[in-house]
Parts: sequence; structure tokens; C-alpha cells
Amino acid sequence: MSMINYASREINCKIVYYGPGLGGKTTNIEYVYEQVAPDTRGKLISLATETERTLFFDFLPVDLGTIRGFKTRFHLYTVPGQVYYNASRKLILRGVDGVVFVADSQIERSDANVEAMHNLYDNLAEQGLDPRRMPFVIQYNKRDLPNAAPVTELEQTLNPTGVPFFEAVATRGTGVFDTLKAVSKQVIKQLS
Amino acid sequence: MSQQAASWSFEEHDARRIDQLLHAFLHGSGARCALLIDRTGQLITIAGERPAFDSTAFASLAAADFSANDQLASMIGEQEFSSLFHQGEKESMYLADVAKRIILVVLFDDRATLGMIRIKTRDVVRELGGVFVELFSRVASPSSARRLETAWADEAENEIDRLFGSR
Repeated sequence: MSMINYASREINCKIVYYGPGLGGKTTNIEYVYEQVAPDTRGKLISLATETERTLFFDFLPVDLGTIRGFKTRFHLYTVPGQVYYNASRKLILRGVDGVVFVADSQIERSDANVEAMHNLYDNLAEQGLDPRRMPFVIQYNKRDLPNAAPVTELEQTLNPTGVPFFEAVATRGTGVFDTLKAVSKQVIKQLS
Repeated sequence: MSQQAASWSFEEHDARRIDQLLHAFLHGSGARCALLIDRTGQLITIAGERPAFDSTAFASLAAADFSANDQLASMIGEQEFSSLFHQGEKESMYLADVAKRIILVVLFDDRATLGMIRIKTRDVVRELGGVFVELFSRVASPSSARRLETAWADEAENEIDRLFGSR
């Protein structure tokens, strides 16, 4: 639910990174934070446990600049990956404009990916939203690992509707911006 | 839960009316600053002294705080906590729900009293509630749907390519 403020001439859009625990959601937005010019991004907020696991969310605002008189900004959020934080996940999804599902390519994480995807559908449905009818992309992360499942296999399990997908190695930044670019363009299209 | 409007917009006359209400509230309560934040964590407006902190980050955390407390309320059998109070040594904040979709955050120091903040907040929440209910019903009406021009989307896409381009 983007907010268009005609009084202050601002548009804010919310993009949420979703997926199983330790899949690389936080790594994605940390990479974005490191790479974009300091004057185009705000503070990176991380509500994490002592062991650096996301407890509530990570948050990064990125300014697109002033476009046709509107200051346009994306708010990037991650959700906690662990299932027992589902209440937090639901709160973060509130008012979402676009979703990036960060899947862990490792064969051993196959069940965790499927469980997180089902959980995403359920939580969006509670808001009356359907990922098939909203800005949504999938990122297959950790493609550099020797135990990564073939993309065709991941596609069969996680992407039956054929939404855009990207291969990534988020620790090196590979695929991070391609993913963000794709989802943010979908969000923009939906506003016009 | 029902599907909310895909986006909502905030017009100049809404801003003027809200600004008037917030300034009268600050004057009457002795609070330093009032922020309006929507439940998804987006800052709508600030009245009074400009805060020195990062207001975008503040808005996201305040919305999370309020939402987390909503969940706690339901766990103990309450429908909601319609207001929250965080007391500091010098600075304190009072958060109140407005029309179920907006949060009013009031920042005040030891020159204001909590009692006065509570009373004045209750009044301004009722008045702001009226403005937002009207605003949301207008936004929900399909005939009033206001879309951004295509040229805006084209330029935004170019800017996305520039900012997030090949790295």
C-alpha cells in the first residue's frame, strides 16, 4: 500500500524480502546499503538477536530522487526467517507493495523454501493479497555452493506461475541489484 | 481481513487541516513535536520542533512498536492498546491510535505533564480521526482513484536503472 502524499509531494513504496532462515535476505539489503551512494539511502536499522539473526526486521530506505516533482522512496524490509517469528512476519507484510522471495539454493534447504513460500501465501492472503497478482520476484541465492540444486528443479518447486527469477550470490552482490531493479519496476508500473 | 486500497493519497487540503489540528494540540498541551505515521511505517507529517533524529527510521520503528503492542494486547485478551507511553529521564513519548490506520506520536519533555498530554491527545485523536475517516472513504471510492501519469513511471524506471544499474 504505497502512500502518495500530494501535500509534501512524496511517494513511498514498501518492498519486503521474504524467505527461509539464513537464506540471505539481510545480506541482500546490506549489500544495497554498501553499494548505493550515501546521499540516496537512509539509516540501516537491524533489529537482530545477539547472534545476528533477524529478530523483528531490517529496514533500509532508498531514495530514487525527485521524479516529476515527487520525492520517490523505496522502503526495503526483511522479515525474520525462523517460523516461530511468524507474528513479526505478518506485521512487516502489512501494506506491502512488492515481495522478493529469497530462496536458499542448497538441496538441504528445499523443505525450508517450500514451507516459507506457503507461509508467504498464507500471510498475504490474510491481507487479501495474492502474490500472483502483485509485484513479486524470486531470487535463488547461494548459487556458488557445490550443493546448490539445479535452477530447473527450484523453478518446478517454487515457481509454478513463472514469476521473474534471478540467480544470486548475495555475499558477493551477484544478482542483488537485478532482483531489486525487477521488483521496484513492477511496483512503479502498478502506481501508474 | 479485508483488502485495503492499493495505495492512498494525501491532498493539500488534508495536510492543511491536519496541520492546524496538530499545531493547536501542541500549543494546548505543551508538547514539543507531533508526528503522524501510518501503520505500515511511513511518515505522513511532522508538526512542531523538527526532531534531530532520522524521522524515516523513527517512523518505521514506531509503527513496529505499536503493531507489536497490538499483538501483545490480543494475547492478554484486549482488543488493542489504543495508546502507549514511553517515559525517559528528560524526553518522553506518547503514542495513540487514530482511525485504526494512523499513529500519532507525541514527543514532550519535563515542561509538559503527562496528564495534560493525555487529555489533549484524546481530543486531537477524535478530531484527526474525523479527517482521516473522510480521507479514507474518499480514497476507497473508485471514481476518485488518482493515478500517477505514465511519464512519471517512465522517468522512475530510468532512475531505477541509473541507481540500481549494472554493478
